[in-house]
Amino acid sequence: MSEEKNWRYAFFLGCVIPNRYPMIERSIRDVFEELGAELLDMPGASCCPAPGVFRGFHIPTWFVIAARNIVIAEELGVSLVTGCNGCYGTLRDAWWDLEHDREEKKKVNKLLAKVGKEYTGKFEPKHIMQALYLDMGKEYVRGFIKHKFKDLKVAVHYGCHIVKPSEKRPWDGEYENPTFLDEIVELTGATSIDYKEKFMCCGAGGAVRTAVKEVAADFTREKLVNMREAGADIIINCCPFCHLQLDLGQVEVNNFYKDIIGEPFHIPVIYITQLLGVAMGMDPSRLGLVKNHDLKGVSPFIPIQPFLDIVKEQLI
Amino acid sequence: MSENIEKYITRKVYKGTSSKIAQKFVDAGLEKLRSCINCGTCTASCPSGWRTALRTRSVLRRALTGDESVLSDIDIWLCSTCYYCYERCPRDIPVTDMIIKLRNIAVEEGYILDNHFTLAKDIFYETGHGVPANGENNKKWRDLRESYGLPALPPTVHSYPEALKECQFLMNEVGFKALLDNARKLKDERKLAEEKKENEKEGK
Repeated sequence: MSEEKNWRYAFFLGCVIPNRYPMIERSIRDVFEELGAELLDMPGASCCPAPGVFRGFHIPTWFVIAARNIVIAEELGVSLVTGCNGCYGTLRDAWWDLEHDREEKKKVNKLLAKVGKEYTGKFEPKHIMQALYLDMGKEYVRGFIKHKFKDLKVAVHYGCHIVKPSEKRPWDGEYENPTFLDEIVELTGATSIDYKEKFMCCGAGGAVRTAVKEVAADFTREKLVNMREAGADIIINCCPFCHLQLDLGQVEVNNFYKDIIGEPFHIPVIYITQLLGVAMGMDPSRLGLVKNHDLKGVSPFIPIQPFLDIVKEQLI
Repeated sequence: MSENIEKYITRKVYKGTSSKIAQKFVDAGLEKLRSCINCGTCTASCPSGWRTALRTRSVLRRALTGDESVLSDIDIWLCSTCYYCYERCPRDIPVTDMIIKLRNIAVEEGYILDNHFTLAKDIFYETGHGVPANGENNKKWRDLRESYGLPALPPTVHSYPEALKECQFLMNEVGFKALLDNARKLKDERKLAEEKKENEKEGK
């Protein structure tokens, strides 16, 4: 890699990644390091706060806490990057809205001044997919791929807030049929398969999961039925809340809807940097793919062994 | 005029309409809904409505006419904020954001589900995270972090108590704490009134 690499980001963890799926945190940190991108910690960051639930309770609270989080990155002098569509939705929308609403920005800064902080909005919040696809670029990432899958069928799940609202996102207004995640997946030799309602929501967001778990799980049931019909070996996503809903939610679907789904589902759910990392030749243990504990009742809830078997068979 | 014409056609005011609520809707910017042409694209695009009773067009219509029953309807909490309605609305109404504003008014009026209240108050306000890893019950998650070579607690508010205090201070200043306390009070009052009504009915 002769190219000058000077990517530096503040790593916004959010809640679900560090506190429920730390293997995702492990894989993002190590894949970015491998790619020559520096991730700085954001000391004292909080919940983003979540765009459907906490914004649904009180928009002014959502604005000021989101702005406080962005300020932590501003103080480090870089854009923040998040691996979560929900955090991205909040931080990107709050940033965008504050850039277009001076009155709101004034209000937020009046509050932040009381804790000695000032929000400027000079760095756009980014998603790790934005860093990989737009900052580094597909060709740069391709240069790191050492092993390719020969036959791996992937059901790609984008999630919602990574592409919508489209005018506040960096994907040239594309929200009906984006391809950036499929393109990154296919760098590894895997095939991104078509399936019905591919871009449909997982069901977890917008306070739905907390409100009525069965409703969230019914969205997930529909997605899983369509993924299985299309012959998916694994699910790849770029959001820990979708990840949780497709993983833990898969167990719930098998329970709530056992009478209508036929065979229970057991499709491994893998985060994009975990897939990318194995194709880059990284040790699976650096990617949170190797279980190194006897803890009960922790993630992942659907065994990922079938994926590890494919890795062993096709990559090593 | 025949009773049915009055009942079904000339009626302009919906049941339960409150001018106070209608004014709140206007203040929140919900008057944008006036450009709605009732095409139903929002409803047709709604993956929640494909399986639940949520009918986005109906929710918006009720808001537009100041029908306050929309605030206590669980439907407004079954929107997963997927933003298809927002994207596809031919009148450029930011539909999803309108639903979020409706939720804000609902909470102000004390209509918040128990699960959401707990999440807001006992989890988000108290810990600074929507999904925390601190406390006795979450030890397994800290152990899981350590098993992947990460510190037991992330470098967030979990590791910086003064940062949590700062978040709580901001939440107090912006009125979040007061909003929740008020919602609790209204919720409790409403429950009490219902119980009283129930008791009176049984008494008779």
